[in-house]
Amino acid sequence: MIDFDYKNPEKIVFKNIDIPGMRYVANYRKKGGYETARTVIAEWKPDDVIEEVKKSGLRGRGGAGFLTGLKWSFIPKDSPLPKYLICNADESEPGTFKDREILRFDPHSLIEGMIIGAYAIGAHQGYIYIRGEFAQEANVVNDAIEEAYKEGVLGKSILKTNWDFDLHLYRGAGAYICGEETALIESLEGKRGHPRNKPPFPAVQGFNQSPTIVNNVETLAAVPYILKYGAQGYRKYGTEKSAGTKLFSVCGLIKKPGVYEVPMGISFKRFLYETCGGPLEGREFKAIIPGGSSVPLITREMAESEECTMDYEGFQKVGTMLGSGGVIVYDNSVCIVRALEILSRFYAHESCGQCTPCREGTGWLYKVLHRIENGLGHPDEIDLIVDIANNIDGETICPLGDAAAWPVQSAVKNFRSEFEYHITHHTCLPGTAKY
Amino acid sequence: MQWLVSVHLMSLQVSWIVEDKFVKKSFQPETLQKIEREKQKYPDKLSALLPTLWWAQAEFEYFDTETMDYIAEVLGISKIRVYEAVTFYTMFHRKPVGKYHFQVCHNIACSLLGAEHIIQYLQKKLKIELDEVSKDGLFSITRVECLGSCGTAPVLQMNDRYYENLNESKIDFLIEELIAGRIPETL
Ligand SMILES: Cc1cc2nc3c(=O)[nH]c(=O)nc-3n(C[C@H](O)[C@H](O)[C@H](O)COP(=O)(O)O)c2cc1C
Ligand code: SF4
Ligand code: FES
Repeated sequence: MIDFDYKNPEKIVFKNIDIPGMRYVANYRKKGGYETARTVIAEWKPDDVIEEVKKSGLRGRGGAGFLTGLKWSFIPKDSPLPKYLICNADESEPGTFKDREILRFDPHSLIEGMIIGAYAIGAHQGYIYIRGEFAQEANVVNDAIEEAYKEGVLGKSILKTNWDFDLHLYRGAGAYICGEETALIESLEGKRGHPRNKPPFPAVQGFNQSPTIVNNVETLAAVPYILKYGAQGYRKYGTEKSAGTKLFSVCGLIKKPGVYEVPMGISFKRFLYETCGGPLEGREFKAIIPGGSSVPLITREMAESEECTMDYEGFQKVGTMLGSGGVIVYDNSVCIVRALEILSRFYAHESCGQCTPCREGTGWLYKVLHRIENGLGHPDEIDLIVDIANNIDGETICPLGDAAAWPVQSAVKNFRSEFEYHITHHTCLPGTAKY
Repeated sequence: MQWLVSVHLMSLQVSWIVEDKFVKKSFQPETLQKIEREKQKYPDKLSALLPTLWWAQAEFEYFDTETMDYIAEVLGISKIRVYEAVTFYTMFHRKPVGKYHFQVCHNIACSLLGAEHIIQYLQKKLKIELDEVSKDGLFSITRVECLGSCGTAPVLQMNDRYYENLNESKIDFLIEELIAGRIPETL
């Protein structure tokens, strides 16, 4: 059993989020901030840093869950080209709002994580790509960067070592697709956010055709903790395959929405009821999306089953994914068809248009779902939307296509009768609302 | 203007120069300096395009062809690069918006907590359609996708600021304040 006080969750790796004033470098340093980065640069070999992060089992927190240390090791050692480290602060996946907490309350942990990561991969230049809407957060991060430069934490010979590292903030301007790492790189180059075909992977050919690592905010902000307490210290939390802790952002129809840090492997059911207060008065849960809008939706029964633990494997066992950790809760008042219509509208709006299955398919899905929701659907159209989804899934340049398909496939699989009800009765299931 | 026209008549060449100096849009000198500094941060100056567009929007409010062409000239890049970016990114305006531009999230969490009602309430209160500017130029409303603040839904972004956990009385207060020329920190 994983140790976790469900009723009084406390932050562990990200405890700074709850400490007032940590956005200022002086306060951060008072708590020992930047000491780890200094020690690492002064005393560690870059390869040993990568090894330690590998051993820690840290997996990317942006959605894909790829081993961070392993990704870093893909940077070619013999390349004469400059290396780049980019932080993905695009946070646009519906249901996800965890990185924002780090950006506005603990930007120095992110900067320190980037210094360590950059040193490990041999990058002297880093960028933080932040979504355009986060203007206030951009101000906080910009101030933090400026302070760090003044303190000698960034720039030439940082932290009194002989390592140079420059860091700049880059603002996006409204495009979900720029969260996809190769679209992000295009955007950082001043272009449209069009994902690139892979391979080549960014570690070989990324920003400006040079070796580049893109990591999520939460991933990078966990790095100082790992180097400070060692891989074993980090592994005190979590499970063998899902090491450490994870931030979950909880939203929708639930008593206590918010951002919680939990050791991976705890019970999802107890988390929902004890930590997040359970459903609203007089309601009950109906369905849950545990990892941001792009992962399959599961029923209440699956979410509350014994095997559904809060880690990569636990969510996989019940047919979904941990994704970004954005938990979206539907209760019994929610019309599943309407909820799916909203998500499909989103994907149709955000498709970059490069691939035909995604560009055309997402638009069709939205149109047909809109029709079904409004009582104008045809009996064949339930199979039609599944067919469209199946024909997008796996057929596109980037995973946005899959992300548009999975919610459709899972909603029809788990709640087919609700779609049928709309078609035969031309209205939502009694007791559910068209939000 | 009179003077300009007379110059125009004398010679096309001169009129071009005069227009360049007096009529065409131009950035504040400080902004031009910022753009120069920005270019230094990247291996290729094209990267400076998005930051430049942000500054341009702050100064010129929206992007017409003339503005986009001017930006291409300032950065020394082809015009199509600027058109491409401006038309791709939804936060860049291609027509004027209100002084107070409401971007209301209508994605899933906000919808479940009343976003449609908030949108209707705002429209009724301000007596404007979506994507239309009020007659006094003060307000406009548009729908946007997830703002990354779903735990405090429903949410709207007004210019650079988020207002969260919205309800009717908060909207009433916000609009009163804005009409009085004050921008509340939070509601
Ligand atoms: C459509 C789409 C949107 C994405 N949005 C984000 C995002 O907002 N933030 C993020 O960190 N990763 C996002 N990703 C994942 C990135 O492509 C990439 O895997 C990640 O930034 C890698 O960092 P990590 O290994 O630290 O997770 C998105 C992927 C796709 C396909
Ligand atoms: S899958 Fe969709 S978003 Fe991704 S590259 Fe293709 S068209 Fe663009
Ligand atoms: S759904 Fe509205 S902020 Fe995420």
